[in-house]
Formats: sequence, C-alpha cells, structure tokens
Amino acid sequence: MKHLLSIADLGADGVEEVLRLTESFVEVSARAIPRVPALRGKTVVSLFYEDSTRTRLSFETAAKRLTADTMNFSVSSSSVNKGESVRDTVLTIAAMGVDAIVVRHGSAGVPWQVARWTDAAVINAGDGWHEHPTQALLDCYTIRERRGSLAGLRIAIVGDVKHSRVARSNVLAFSMLGAEVTLVAPPTLLPPSLAGWPVAVSHDLDGCLAKADVVYLLRMQRERQTEALLPSLREYTTLYGLTKDRARLLGEDALVMHPGPMNRGVEIAAEVADLPSAVITRQVANGVAVRMAVLFLILGSRGDLGG
Amino acid sequence: MDAEDLRRAVTRIAHEIVEHNQGLEGVVLIGLQTGGVPLAGRLADALRRVEGVDVPIGTLDVAFYRDDIGLRPVLPEAVTDIPFDLTGGAVVLVDDVLFTGRTVRAALDALNDYGRPRSVQLAVMIDRGHRELPIRPDYIGKNLPTRRDEMVDVTAEGVDVGTMQKRGGG
Repeated sequence: MKHLLSIADLGADGVEEVLRLTESFVEVSARAIPRVPALRGKTVVSLFYEDSTRTRLSFETAAKRLTADTMNFSVSSSSVNKGESVRDTVLTIAAMGVDAIVVRHGSAGVPWQVARWTDAAVINAGDGWHEHPTQALLDCYTIRERRGSLAGLRIAIVGDVKHSRVARSNVLAFSMLGAEVTLVAPPTLLPPSLAGWPVAVSHDLDGCLAKADVVYLLRMQRERQTEALLPSLREYTTLYGLTKDRARLLGEDALVMHPGPMNRGVEIAAEVADLPSAVITRQVANGVAVRMAVLFLILGSRGDLGG
Repeated sequence: MDAEDLRRAVTRIAHEIVEHNQGLEGVVLIGLQTGGVPLAGRLADALRRVEGVDVPIGTLDVAFYRDDIGLRPVLPEAVTDIPFDLTGGAVVLVDDVLFTGRTVRAALDALNDYGRPRSVQLAVMIDRGHRELPIRPDYIGKNLPTRRDEMVDVTAEGVDVGTMQKRGGG
C-alpha cells in the first residue's frame, strides 16, 4: 500500500489487513508507555485545508506513538493566505523531505491529485463529499470489537448522507465486511442517484430502529437549513433524531455511533449520547490505533496491499 | 533431534533455570512470536513438574522493534500479551532458533517498555550460529552448525534442517 486514498481503492482485503494490524496497536496504546520505535526517522505532515479537531489530533498522536516526527500545517497561519496554490504548497512541503502527507480538503479528489505531485505517501483525511477512509476503518474496528464480526449485521446510517464523506466510506466498508446497510434520511438529504450503492433506503427511522444492530448517526450540518433542504432543525429532530423515547426502541445489544462532532439535541439527544450502548468515545480511542496501523502499513511494513 | 530429544532438552533447561535462579522466585517466561510461544508453554509445564510452581507466561511480538522495518515486509504475527509488570522480575526470553540475534535485540528493546526486570535471560532450543550481534543464550537445547542459507524448523515432533532460504531473522 503506497497511499490510502479511499476505501474503494483499499478493497476488502486491505480493510481486513488494517483491522488485523489495529489489534496490535490497541495493545500498544494500552501500555504504560504507549510508544514503539517502528517509524523512527520518518516525518509525517498534516495538511488540513478544513477545520478538524479529532482527525488531526488523532493522526498526530498516532504518528508520535510510532516515534515518527510530525509537522503541522494549518491554512489560517500559512502562505495559503497569500494566495499559494495547493500544488506549490505540496511541492514546498515535499522539498523539506517528508515521508507521508495527511491531507484534508473541501474538494473531492485533492488527495488523489496530491499523490501525483509528490513521492511522499498520501493519506486521505477527508476530501469534500467523497471519502474519509480512516473514519470508516475505525468504525469497522469498533463494531467488530463489540460484536465480533460485521457479517450479517443490520446497520442504519441516519442523516445527511448527501453531503457526507463518512457515509460514502462507511457504506463501502460496512458492505465489504458483509453488513446490510440501510440509509435513513429525508429525500432532500440523499444523493440524487444511489445507482450502484449496496444499500436499502428508508424514510422511517422508528421502523428501522427495532431491527438495527448499529445506528450510525451523521452530523447534521446546520448550514443545510439555510440551503432550504430542511424546513427546520426541530422538524429534523422530530423525524430523524435519536431522541430519548426513540432510543427505547433499540435492541439490547444495539450500538449507537457518531463520527463527531455531535450536535446534542439535534441528531442525538444529550442523554442518548451518554448511554452505555453509545460507543462514541470508543470510536475516538480506536481511531488512534487504526491510524497507527495505516501509517505503519504505508511507511513501515512495505506490505503488499491494494491501493 | 526427535520428539524424545526435545522433551529431554526442555526438562534439562527447566532444571538449569531453577538452578541458575536458585528457585523460581520472580521468574517469568516470555515466548517470542511465533516459534517461542509453544516452547515457553512446554517449559512452563516442565517447571511445574520440577518445582511445583506455576510461572507466569507472556508472549511478545517484536515486529515494531525490528531494525529492518522498511527494508522488507514486517508485520506482527500476533498481539503481544504481557499481562504482568516485569519490574524486578527475572525474565526468561524463549525462542525456538537463535540465528543472527536481531530478533533478541529487538525483544530487549521491547521489554524496556514493559518495565525494568532485575535480569533478562535467553533460552533457545537451537543455536545455529551466524550471530551478527554480541548476544549469547543462557540455556541451549542443542548447538546445530548450519549454513547461512539453510532453514531450521522446530516443531513438537522434532527439528528439521531444510535448504529453503526464507527467514531473515532468527
């Protein structure tokens, strides 16, 4: 594996390989000294053109636990404000001698493009509405940790699918591992075409909850209301929010997941996010181990993976 | 070596461990993935027969500590499992074959991250020579002179020497 650009490129075997390796890094993360010298002398730079707390910190922590050096690039304090193009920024960073570039950008395909401009390994940390592969990998790992396997599980992905790169990566990854995925959303928040998506669609959240093994809530982006895709956030919560009453419909073993940041009171009620069935902080913890696995596979093992 | 030779060697090493440590106080066995793990289990059985004591057993995968990361595919075979603190203990590292010594070097680094043992000892079933580092075993099943390109395989049934060049460490 030279780059990690998408779940689609990684493929089912690649997903399995990352999840298998993640187990070793969960063990490393649980130690008194959670650090191994595996990537000594390697440099990882994060190049984020969009705001991010958890993904950026998670990659940085992962790199540090592998003893790699990290550099941080944030758009607000950089030459991008002086009009520098993405390509020139990438070439400048690459000229300093980096081994991996972790890219987040508001436009789909930027990581793919960056990979063509540089010899460094490129990891997609979210590009537009396209993909967010490491989020999907950590979600798969978290489900597997609780349920053993994804095969045959019924997973409902609820909310703004249309604008969600998390949903696109997760639909692919969940179905690669044998889960049955149902998208639950108002028609205005679904993509115009779902041709080729291995999913069912429903507009009835209550009907899906009782038989779901996993309810995956997407973040409701508040600006969608001003785009007239929703009558009001309150109506969205009434129809598609995981309220306290609705959470009672869930099965005993069902998991509640959210990629963060949460809007408590919109897509998820404050009390529901704190239930034992909500594995949202576990997702964050596993995120570090998954990203260690990805960095190690790309920079350390020279393993022969798809992508 | 056949299965009977192996059994006798394991029993002898168990006696040597007891003698060297004047008992089994603080002694723990750590099997190196993957060949050392079954051997550590057999050594623990032998120690139980000899002294009537159950010594703690852990397993260690050294993939993240190897010095050839990036030069060849290096992936862990299994998750490391050391469910006890090593500080103050006498750690006996157990492996099937001692070759270049690089795996043991990596294992010594890895142990550091789990505490500070009062001593680290090395038990191997086969010492096949060709060391590249100043490392020597404390307990040896058998010295087996080999060519560099040979391969030594230790199973429950015995020890085989083949000619396939496959493993780089050892």
